[in-house]
Amino acid sequence: MSTTELIIVLVQAGILVNLMLVAAAYMVLAERKVAAWIQNRIGPNRVGPWGLFQSFADVIKLYLKEDVVPAAADYKFHLLAPIIAIGVAVTVFAVIPFTPPLEIDGTLYTLTMTPNMNIGILAVLAMTSVGVYGVALAGRSSNNKYSLMGGLRSSAQMISYELSMGLAIVGVVLIAGTLNLVEFINWQSQNIWLIFLQPFGFILFMVTALAETNRAPFDLPEAEPELVGGYHTEYSGMKFGLLYLAEYANILASSCIMAALYLGGWDAIPFLDDAAILGFPATSILMVVIGHVAFLTKAFALVFVFIWIRWSLPRFRYDQLMNLGWKILLPLALANVVLTGLGVYFFS
Amino acid sequence: MANITSNTEAQRLTFWERIYLPEIAKGLGLTLKQMFKPKFTRQYPEERWIPEGSYRGRPVLVQEEDGERCVACGLCSRVCPALAIEVRAAETDKEKERYPEKFEINMLRCIYCGFCEEVCPEEAIVMSKDYELVFGSQEEGIFGKEKLLVPVAQLQERLEFLRQWR
Repeated sequence: MSTTELIIVLVQAGILVNLMLVAAAYMVLAERKVAAWIQNRIGPNRVGPWGLFQSFADVIKLYLKEDVVPAAADYKFHLLAPIIAIGVAVTVFAVIPFTPPLEIDGTLYTLTMTPNMNIGILAVLAMTSVGVYGVALAGRSSNNKYSLMGGLRSSAQMISYELSMGLAIVGVVLIAGTLNLVEFINWQSQNIWLIFLQPFGFILFMVTALAETNRAPFDLPEAEPELVGGYHTEYSGMKFGLLYLAEYANILASSCIMAALYLGGWDAIPFLDDAAILGFPATSILMVVIGHVAFLTKAFALVFVFIWIRWSLPRFRYDQLMNLGWKILLPLALANVVLTGLGVYFFS
Repeated sequence: MANITSNTEAQRLTFWERIYLPEIAKGLGLTLKQMFKPKFTRQYPEERWIPEGSYRGRPVLVQEEDGERCVACGLCSRVCPALAIEVRAAETDKEKERYPEKFEINMLRCIYCGFCEEVCPEEAIVMSKDYELVFGSQEEGIFGKEKLLVPVAQLQERLEFLRQWR
């Protein structure tokens, strides 16, 4: 890797991380706004027009807060937990292909950081699994029974639902025959969006993604009425802010992956060849812009669904959560894999 | 005994209800509908609430052209359950012969019960519509005559309410 390439990658990483964090901050605002609308309220509207600068106000507030660490807490791990949480959440975005490749002077440039990682989706799964450490360590090191309970619940929940999530992905991997996210999207733009072939797998993935990101109705690790704040009870200041942003970054990551795996990624028009209809070469700047907008529209629509579900459904009980994970979702995911395998065997 | 049917959760739910998904879709539909309904929020500092005549806000003294109606009988001070009112009487040349030289209500103690208004024989102290009470220190919370006196024209609604319902 030459120095120029290294600089390009570092600049990309800087832009990506900042954009992602701003997006996560705005998702907090979106969450509050949608919650307010669903409850027939208006929501934050004091800072800037329609409350658009509320996110910045929140972040500034968090930076100015005193950073309290409980006397009996394990300081090193208490500090490490938010770093792991946000680091892992950000790393996932390195794999996600937001735009189609761009051709300049005969060379293909891509705006993704790791454009052709051949184990793309496996890397995503691996990174999200590491994310458990952030939450579990936060719970363990706080030396608070509620935090510990939250951390324990979170690790149990993530381990249970990761299986079903992996199996749900196996379905689409069997059909597309690749693990590379770019090839996934290429396959879908040439053939058909995978949500039409795997609607059931999509629902499975959606449910497990809700559980993986600790969102309602699976938000047991936080469960305000029982566990105070769950694993982040003993966090304050920007450390709390990082845990909070990591949560939203995870939601955005899950939405992006769903958009790439099931909804055709940057493919704007289902069933048809975009470039041929619009009459531009597939690697021109215009197609890149259209593809980018299409991808982000899909991703943020899914983010809206996440928020919408949170404000509609009540929380599961812990035993219900485990029942659903092991006795229902896992067998269904296995059945999905078997049926998809048979389908691929007979129809291709 | 044979007629007793168990109605546990699992038995009352139909198959489609037990799959969850259609029910979840119904719930999501409901919340989506709510999003487009009119909002109940009042934009407070810009859009203030004006209470009805029956509202018991800050107690005030009724002021007429020639000063307060109060004759300093001290009944309000006597009846006040929170011991918030202090009256000191003095004599005057006017027809009513007595007037309050000092009339203080400690707004930190006042519980807005309205007993003072109820007991007053002259309709001299009434509950106003004023609900925005802010002060920066305990001393500021003690309202003297200069803050308590309100022209009778502003209190017409409350006085009419009292005459109709008391």
